[in-house]
Amino acid sequence: MDKALLLRLYRDMLEIRRFEEAAQHAYAEGLISGFLHLYIGQEGVAVGAISAAEPTDYIVATYRDHGHYLARTHDLRGAMAELFGRATGCSKGRGGSMHLFNAPSRFLGGHAIVGGHVPLAAGVAFASKYRGEKDVTICFFGDGSANMGAFHEGLCLASLWKLPVVFLCENNLYAMGTPLYKTLAVEDVSTRALGYPMARETINGDDVLEVREAVRQAMRRAREQSLPTLVEAKTYRFRGHSISDPATYRSKEELDFWKQRDPISTLGKRIVDLGMAGEAILKEIDAEVRRAVKDAVTYAQESPPPGADTLHDFVYADGKEGMP
Amino acid sequence: MTREIPFRQALREAMVEEMERDERVFLMGEEVGAYQGAYKVSLGMQERFGERRVVDTPIAETGFAGVGVGAAMVGLRPIIEFMTFNFSLVAFDQLVNNAAKLRLMSGGQFTLPIVFRGPGGAGHQLGAQHSQCTESFYCHVPGLKVVMPSNPKDAKGLLKSAIRDDNPVIFIESEVLYGVKGDVPEEEYTIPLGQAAIVRPGKDLTIIAWSKMQHLVALALARLDQEGIDAEVIDPRTLRPLDETAILASVRKTNRLLIVEEGWPTGGIGAQIAYLVQEKAFDSLDAPIARVTSEDVPMPFAADLEKAALPSVEKVVAAARRVLGRPA
Repeated sequence: MDKALLLRLYRDMLEIRRFEEAAQHAYAEGLISGFLHLYIGQEGVAVGAISAAEPTDYIVATYRDHGHYLARTHDLRGAMAELFGRATGCSKGRGGSMHLFNAPSRFLGGHAIVGGHVPLAAGVAFASKYRGEKDVTICFFGDGSANMGAFHEGLCLASLWKLPVVFLCENNLYAMGTPLYKTLAVEDVSTRALGYPMARETINGDDVLEVREAVRQAMRRAREQSLPTLVEAKTYRFRGHSISDPATYRSKEELDFWKQRDPISTLGKRIVDLGMAGEAILKEIDAEVRRAVKDAVTYAQESPPPGADTLHDFVYADGKEGMP
Repeated sequence: MTREIPFRQALREAMVEEMERDERVFLMGEEVGAYQGAYKVSLGMQERFGERRVVDTPIAETGFAGVGVGAAMVGLRPIIEFMTFNFSLVAFDQLVNNAAKLRLMSGGQFTLPIVFRGPGGAGHQLGAQHSQCTESFYCHVPGLKVVMPSNPKDAKGLLKSAIRDDNPVIFIESEVLYGVKGDVPEEEYTIPLGQAAIVRPGKDLTIIAWSKMQHLVALALARLDQEGIDAEVIDPRTLRPLDETAILASVRKTNRLLIVEEGWPTGGIGAQIAYLVQEKAFDSLDAPIARVTSEDVPMPFAADLEKAALPSVEKVVAAARRVLGRPA
């Protein structure tokens, strides 16, 4: 076991947790408005998967994208300022919580039509293959996507054209407030892979190391053989679908069961049990992360709004711009 | 030097020239490769460029339109062919929610240099699901450009500009125009998006029409000429952005306006043009603005019903007389 890696994964998950707790707090204070979909409880998936990616690989995510964005960029300030709708936000205040973008980090959003970004991610992988480049695209989506036509078409084309893409389903058991067994005819989303076909795996999404290993294998398959994989990470969100959802449709027993599997405390315990670091070190990491999050909130609060005179910016491209 | 070639060949030349010029440009769609195009627009292109750059797709418009959007986001310049624009409605989410919005939502970090092209409008008795005009849907959406050429020369020059444009362009052709021939320059040229053409200067009234309706207006002109009506004909060519300057200049000269549109009347392009003219050239108008559109019905199959539903020479002539205060 690589101590530095474990501590980094622990820190990265904690960074997301503390960021979102601060965002929830800011929302309660009326500093953030609009939708806010918290990722708390699912951090193991984004951190494990993105830790397996190269800096030149592409990441495409859903509207529940704070975790993926931070795991990729660690840009606390840009993300928080975007939630606040400020000019200094990572999408210059045009995207908001659901539409975080970062071109230099090859983070391609933040998409809020369920399943609509799945073909888009296949297209990014198509471009890599077209150019003969070895970059891989990771496409995150939720279990709710698995019933969407766009999801099926995206996976059909990725299989047909042998595209270098990892489809990563975060199965948190609820498509918004309805339990999955009422809306999905199969138990495992990964069985969808059989029909396209493509390689598949169902894993424990709350074990960051298991996620990392599964995604590493899927990425190797993509990079070396140009083949897609459908990975399903079973996980759970500790909060409601969005900030306005108290999640009364779930029992306390159910929530408590899943909280036992909290990816952060699980890894923390493992680090301590393996003797790699003591509680004091973990607390120090937490303190450092909290400071950084606090700085991001201050930065967001002090940043200016975009300004009504910029309303028409970024609707059309005038010249040659785009990806570096 | 010019030569006379059909519309479909003009489109093909535009794509071939741009693909020769820029490795990032590729063509993708149903039947574009092995079958060489449902309307033979891409005849010979897969043989020339290979399966890598002329890509056959399954019948999965959402899928391949989305693939185009993703590829454009990271720097390729896709041409996505819809067998007809009726099928673009299956991919509406990709065009409206993704292609049109990703630039804004990312704060300008991404550009979407992509062309969606194919035929729109009625053919001959193709039924309600294959006879629609979709231009007003797409013109409604900020972030998109919409182009509708009426002749081979414009088609080639505008398609080359659309492919070079860094924005998503909806490029709508017509099934019944693919065989229409016209003079096209031998040498390379482009036509900028957003510039109308004055097809014929005149002084009595302005007639605005695009795509197939230009040909209808040409037939009506013969009748109007006989009646001593000297109409000025404008072809906007690009519907978004619209060449307001050219339209307003013409109306200020003729003081009367007739808009001929194949789409439905409610919320149509003609309604938008009429709004523009009353807002910016109200004092120049000597008569209410007239429109000829399709009737407000889904297209029926029977030949007589289809004929009744579509704009006709008779309807155009009658509307022109009305604008001029003459008995219909």
